[in-house]
Order: sequence, then C-alpha cells, then structure tokens
Amino acid sequence: MTDPNDPMAEIRASFFIECEELLEALQDGLQEMYDGNDDTETINVVFRAVHSIKGGAGAFGLEALVRFAHRFETVLDEIRAGRMSPDPDALKLFFQCADHLSDLVRFSRDGEDIPEAETAKLLTLLDGLLGDTGGPSGQAEEEEEIDFQPATLTLDLDFSDVEDLPEDIEPLDVLSNPAHAGTTTYVISFKPENELFETGNEPLHMLRALEEMGHCTVVCQTEKLPALEALAPETAYISWLVELESEVEEAEVASAFEFVEGLCELDISVKQTDADVPAHAVVSEGIAKPPAVPERALGEQENVALSSDKPATPGPDTALGPGKPIVKQSAKAAPAAAPAKSVVRVDLDRIERLVNLVGELVINQAMLSQSLESSGLSPHSDAMNGLEEFQRLTRDIQDSVMMIRAQPVKSLFQRMSRIVREASAAVEKDVRLVTEGDSTEVDKTVIERLADPLTHMIRNAVDHGLETTEERLSAGKPAQGHVRLTAAHRSGRVVIEVSDDGGGINRDKVHQIALDKGLVSPDVNLSEAEIDNLLFLPGFSTASVVSDLSGRGVGMDVVRTAIQGLGGRITISSTPNVGTTFSISLPLTLAVLDGMVVQVADETLVLPLNVVIETLTLSNKDVEMVRPGANVVRVRSGFVPLFDLGAELGYRQPVDDYEGSVVLLIAHEDEGLAALIIDSIQDQRQVVIKGLDDSFYRAPGIAAATILGDGQIALILDTSDIISTAIGGANAVSVSSFTGAAS
Amino acid sequence: MSEIENEQALELLTFKLGKQEYSLDIMSVREIRSWTRTTPLPHAPDYMMGVINLRGTVLPVVNLALRLKLEDSEYSDRNVIIVVHHGESMTGLLVDAVSDILALSSDDLQQPPETQRDNDPNLVAALTLIDDRMIRVLNLGSIVKPLERSAA
Repeated sequence: MTDPNDPMAEIRASFFIECEELLEALQDGLQEMYDGNDDTETINVVFRAVHSIKGGAGAFGLEALVRFAHRFETVLDEIRAGRMSPDPDALKLFFQCADHLSDLVRFSRDGEDIPEAETAKLLTLLDGLLGDTGGPSGQAEEEEEIDFQPATLTLDLDFSDVEDLPEDIEPLDVLSNPAHAGTTTYVISFKPENELFETGNEPLHMLRALEEMGHCTVVCQTEKLPALEALAPETAYISWLVELESEVEEAEVASAFEFVEGLCELDISVKQTDADVPAHAVVSEGIAKPPAVPERALGEQENVALSSDKPATPGPDTALGPGKPIVKQSAKAAPAAAPAKSVVRVDLDRIERLVNLVGELVINQAMLSQSLESSGLSPHSDAMNGLEEFQRLTRDIQDSVMMIRAQPVKSLFQRMSRIVREASAAVEKDVRLVTEGDSTEVDKTVIERLADPLTHMIRNAVDHGLETTEERLSAGKPAQGHVRLTAAHRSGRVVIEVSDDGGGINRDKVHQIALDKGLVSPDVNLSEAEIDNLLFLPGFSTASVVSDLSGRGVGMDVVRTAIQGLGGRITISSTPNVGTTFSISLPLTLAVLDGMVVQVADETLVLPLNVVIETLTLSNKDVEMVRPGANVVRVRSGFVPLFDLGAELGYRQPVDDYEGSVVLLIAHEDEGLAALIIDSIQDQRQVVIKGLDDSFYRAPGIAAATILGDGQIALILDTSDIISTAIGGANAVSVSSFTGAAS
Repeated sequence: MSEIENEQALELLTFKLGKQEYSLDIMSVREIRSWTRTTPLPHAPDYMMGVINLRGTVLPVVNLALRLKLEDSEYSDRNVIIVVHHGESMTGLLVDAVSDILALSSDDLQQPPETQRDNDPNLVAALTLIDDRMIRVLNLGSIVKPLERSAA
C-alpha cells in the first residue's frame, strides 16, 4: 500500500483489514436488529463495531472517520442504554450510516477525498434522531450520561473517602470539597506498554483529557526506570498514578483511554477506605461499582478476543485490575469470548503457491500410478496398496488446500444488501433483501469475480424484476417487494440464486424487442424458455426507458460471459405475476475437477463428471433421423438430440454407423439433455485444471486443459458450449448468443 | 544521435524453414525443445498446431512455416520447437532445425524492401546478409499478434 519499510504502514493495513471485519459485524448486527432481534448482545455488537473503528481511526489520525463514527456511536449508545428504540426508520438510517462508514474507511484507506456533503447530511439525520428522543443533541452527550449516574452510590463512596486518605498521594483538593454530591474520586493507574508508543500514541494527551474532567493529581512512577546503561530505548518503563476528582461517570474516565485499549495496563477504581494502597481499595471493600463499568469491561474483553491477532493482549487481570467485582466480570466474559475462532492471515500468494504445488502433486501421482500399472504389478502388491493410500492422501490434501481458499459468501451478500438499499431508493420501491445460506463457502477467486455480475443481477431484479408499488398493490401483492439471494452447495457445485417476487418476464415484450432489434428471425417459433434466454443476448435491454440504475451499457450477456468465465452456468426461470429466478451454478473451485476421461478420434478429452448423467451403448435402431444432419436417440420414452463429439470438434467426419457407439448423456442448460458420441471411456478421475492462454487463441467448446499421467495435455470440454453451438446450426438464437459470449 | 549509440550488438538465433533461413532476436528465446506431439485445438487455424505440456504449463505451438504461408514440411524428430516469450505469454514455434547463433550489429540489418510476396509485411522485420546468405529477421510481435484477431 505504502512504503513497505514503514512499520506504521503495516499496522495501518491491518487496521483496515480489521475494519472490514468490524463492518461485516456491524452489517450483521443491524440486519439482526432489522429482523426484530434487538437483544442487548446484538446492540452491543453493533455498538462495539463502530466504537472499535473509531478507536482505531483515532490512532491513525483519520479525523473524518473518527468524527462520523463518534456521532454514530453516540446514537447507538442511546439505543444500547434503552433510551431510544430502534424503529425501522432509525434502522434504515443506521444502514445508511454503516454504508457511509464503510465508504469512509475505504476512502481513508485509499487516501481519497472524503465526501463531506454526505457525512454532513447523515450527521444531521443522526442528530435529528437524537432530537426525536427529546434528549439533547449529539454534542451534549456527556451531560446526558451524568444525568443517569446513580447518585446514591457515589454519595456512599464520597463519605467513605473523607475518613481515610491515602498518604502517598497529595489529595488536598479532595478534602476541601468532600460533600459535593456528584463528585467521585477515581484512582487511575495507567501503565503504557511498548505497543502504545509504537502505534504513535502520546500519554500526555490522555492525561490532559483527564485534566479536563476535573481536578487531577498526577504522579509519575519512575521506579521501574533502570540505570541509563541498562535502559532499552524502546521499552516503556514509566507509569502514572492519577487521582481524579470529577463529576463524570467512570465510563467516561475510561473513554480517555479508549484509543489505547489493549495497549496499556489500565486500572480505574473508585477511591475507597483502607487506602494505604489506593489502587487496591476495591478489593478490600468489594463495593459494587456503577453498572457501566462491568458492562464496559465485558465489552472490552470480547473485543480483545475477537481480534485475536492483536499483539500482546493484556490478560483480564492486568487490564482490569485486581478488584473482586471485576474479576467476576472477566470470568463471565471468558465463555462469551470463547466461540470466536482464532484466525491466521496468510498472504494469498502463499496459498496460490500451495495450490499449484498440490496441483503438481496430483499430476505426479497420476504419472506414478500409470507407470506402476503398466509395469504389470499385481494389484495386491504392496506397491499398489501403497499407491492407493497415496492417492487417498493426495486427495485429502487437495481438499484441505481448497478449503483454505474457500470463503463464506457472506461478505459478497452484504455488499448486495447495500446494492438493494441504494437501488430501491433510486427507483423508489420498497424492497427487502432476504439472504439465505451466506455461510456457504466458495473459492475466494469465485467470490471476487462474482461481485460484478451479481451486482448487476440484483440491480436488474430491483429495477426491472419488481413492479412499482402501485402495480404491486393493484395485483394484490404486499407493497414491499422481496429479492431473495441464496447460496447452497448442490452436488459438488455452488448454486446461487437471485429471485424476485415481481411480475415475471413479459415474454411478448421480450420477443417483440428481439424481433425489433433483429436478434431473431420472425419465422422462428420460440418456446417460453427460449424467449427468456433472449435476455442473455448481447445488447438486449427490456427497460423501455433506460434508467440510470440498470441500463449502464452492460446487459445480461456480460453477466453470462462472466459466469461462464468462472466455469459456471446461468439459467433463468420466470412465472408471470410470481417472479423471476436467475440461478447460477458454479464449480466449487477453479483448480481441480472431477472428470471423465474419454477418447475421441485418437484424442483424449476430459468432460466434467457432473454433466455426465448416463452412458449408453447405441445400436442403429436407437437412432432416428429428424432431418438430414439432425438425429435423435431414443432414451427410454424420450428423444435426445445426438451429436458426434469428434465431428463437433472438427476432428473427423460424423460417423454414420451407430452400432456399438458409446454415448454420453449430457445435462445441458435448462435441464435439457443431449447425447454425445465418443469412442471410448478411459477413466474417471480428478484432474488439475490448467488455464489455456485465451488471448492467444480461444478454442470454442474448450473450457481449459489438464495434464494427463503420460505428460500429454488433454482438453477439458465445455459441453454446454459444444451442444449450444451444435444446436445453433439449426437455431439462430443460440448461435448469436454464443458467438457473443465467445468474443 | 551519434553513430556509436546507433550501433547495437545483436544476437540472432537462426533456423531453417524449408530451404530458407530465418532468425529471431535471441533475447526473446526461452529454450529449444525437441518435437513432441501436440494436442490439437478444435476449429483452430491451420498454423495453430495445438498445445504441449511445458513442465506443467500449457504452451500453444504455432507451425511457423504455415504461419509464414510457406509450404509445410513433414514433421520428424529433427523438428524443434523454439519457445519464445512475448510480453506476458509464451508460445512455441515449430521450425525445421536450428542452425546457428549470429552476433552482429544493428547496422548490419536492412529494412526489407516494400515488394514482398507476403501479404503481411510486418512478419519480417529486417534482412541481413551473412556469408552471402540472406537471413530474414522475424518480427515476433506480429507473428503472434494476428492470432488474436483471427480468434475473435
């Protein structure tokens, strides 16, 4: 990102990575609240996310971010304290704020200009929210917190204070003003760790902040400071003992240190009797603290656990001091933090290298097994048994490596919920996005490359798929439209569906547009599915008015090309007045494939195993001619179009004697079937996908290549492409759609 | 520009296609491999021989004679594949035999005259005379580039 030698750059980078996780948690929490689950923990999660972003941003001097996060946090704190209820309007605003917060994070990261106008607008709205509750506006939050301070408790504390005074500190002013009802005396022990200084924090600022809260006595403790010759210049030796007499609540005292959470040993206690050792006063008395403190302690403890990669996280005891009530709280916090998984961040390049190495291993293993088999060893020999074990292990390693690259689609789905919010606002429709299966894991590359097509589909669903509110109401539907985004694993592939409950595809209109644009000839009779598929034609747009929302010059053909580029398929289904569903089926990974190795015209080819439904051996009577050059094969009661794979690939002339031919039944798009004639089936096994240099020459019908055990290259077929091209000979629609996709 | 700056040392790898001699800047040559069977790509142009396995990478191979619209000769074990890199990608060029490495200066190169049998004047970038033999220096960029267009 920046100068690699700059240690701050690295910390900064990890802050932004953390921000992404926090923003994700924020989105999640808001969504849960939106779904009606507004228990304390959810609200806390939301609050903490914003709070931690603010804290980190403060450490890096990202002022715009801090300012916005602070106000956002203030409002959330109102909700957390139960002074404000998260009604739908407020939540809508929170979503906007979360979006804006993520924008701010991004802008700050990339050093781009901050959109001040948007910040100002949202800040005003947030203030408006505060105003609604009758409370004072954002700036006055401190006063507000004081209003809620439990007065009785502080009174007790103050009386005890008068009796016994610590002798090692000069508490003159405490004495002079003991009866002041709202005043509490805090003893703050603040010991910065090395990390605090390494991250560019300055204790002076915190001490000054304390000074502003009330009367302050600061004692600098230098006992740990070694002699000069033993002094390590980058080690923190000095700590401070501060006695603060102030009206503010303890949480606010702690807030002076919020930017250095986890970077120091901090103990804030209310001064008590038996004060020879003031910092331990709490232990001896065990007096209950103001409720805000344990709550905060709990929150902090979890924060630490969630970001487990933070260096030198102080244990609960060091962070919170030895006070009994606090220890109890930390014990309570521990189980809550336990479910957080520990995570290692690894450079993607390293994983890539591992994936490639495993790919080589698989090829190597295939070569080894081929040579062992051809050496005529008995299948029961030790070598063959060992080989079998080797194969199993290789496969396990491969699966595990692929798991490393897998990521839940959640981050992608969250981005989509923002798209829905923005899109629905732009077209003034009330739309709700329902996501399902967002923990489904898919290869990282797939997720990255899905973002654009999915964005486009979601926008389409909101803009074109759903009717306007009036139309919905007159059709007897609820005013709020639904867009569903689901992900699921289905037989070794990932299926992602985007569906809306809109009016469905207006097939007459689509057909008419295709005719007008000369995409289909008028004398071809199209089935409903074929008309739906017209949407994928290049340059097709059904919106009679090109809105600024969709109609950005990319059509569904671009979506389709992107999906095909990932080795996936996209299908469409639509029912009038019920809605439209786009279904994307993707391979789990881009690196390996379960393939069927076949022989055609002396060439070895690989078909993805999951498209092969059945294998048949033909006899001449199974084959019927529809017209010259177009044959079908009878499979049980149905007819399936028959193609000679060798001829389709241009390797040979079509066979004319079908007796004994081996045929693969292939699942084609839209659940259709096709039969491909091959010479023989050789094997079923896992193959490593090797990309073909597309820029050089893109062979139609070929998805990729792989290296066989004998070192030869075999091509991996894209059967749908082959079949569509083959059918295309008779059908203008498919031809144009596929030349479009190929170029 | 002074004459000294103009004069650059150049090494050319020369090879035979039929009876003619061609050459490539040796800096673009990665390695020379013996002939292996290629896996043909469907519906490819005739000069596109297919792909081979170059230590785990899929390497496209071009029959240079056909690419230059020369007469195709029989493949034999004497044929070699010159692996060249251009930009980010690598390509194999099938030639009859590699003959020599020539060191010469850029002054020895001559622009080819306009009248060429070849339709694509860019394929041969320069000509040079060595021991009375005319050697054609190929323009690698244009040999590989038109493939993209023909694929579209």
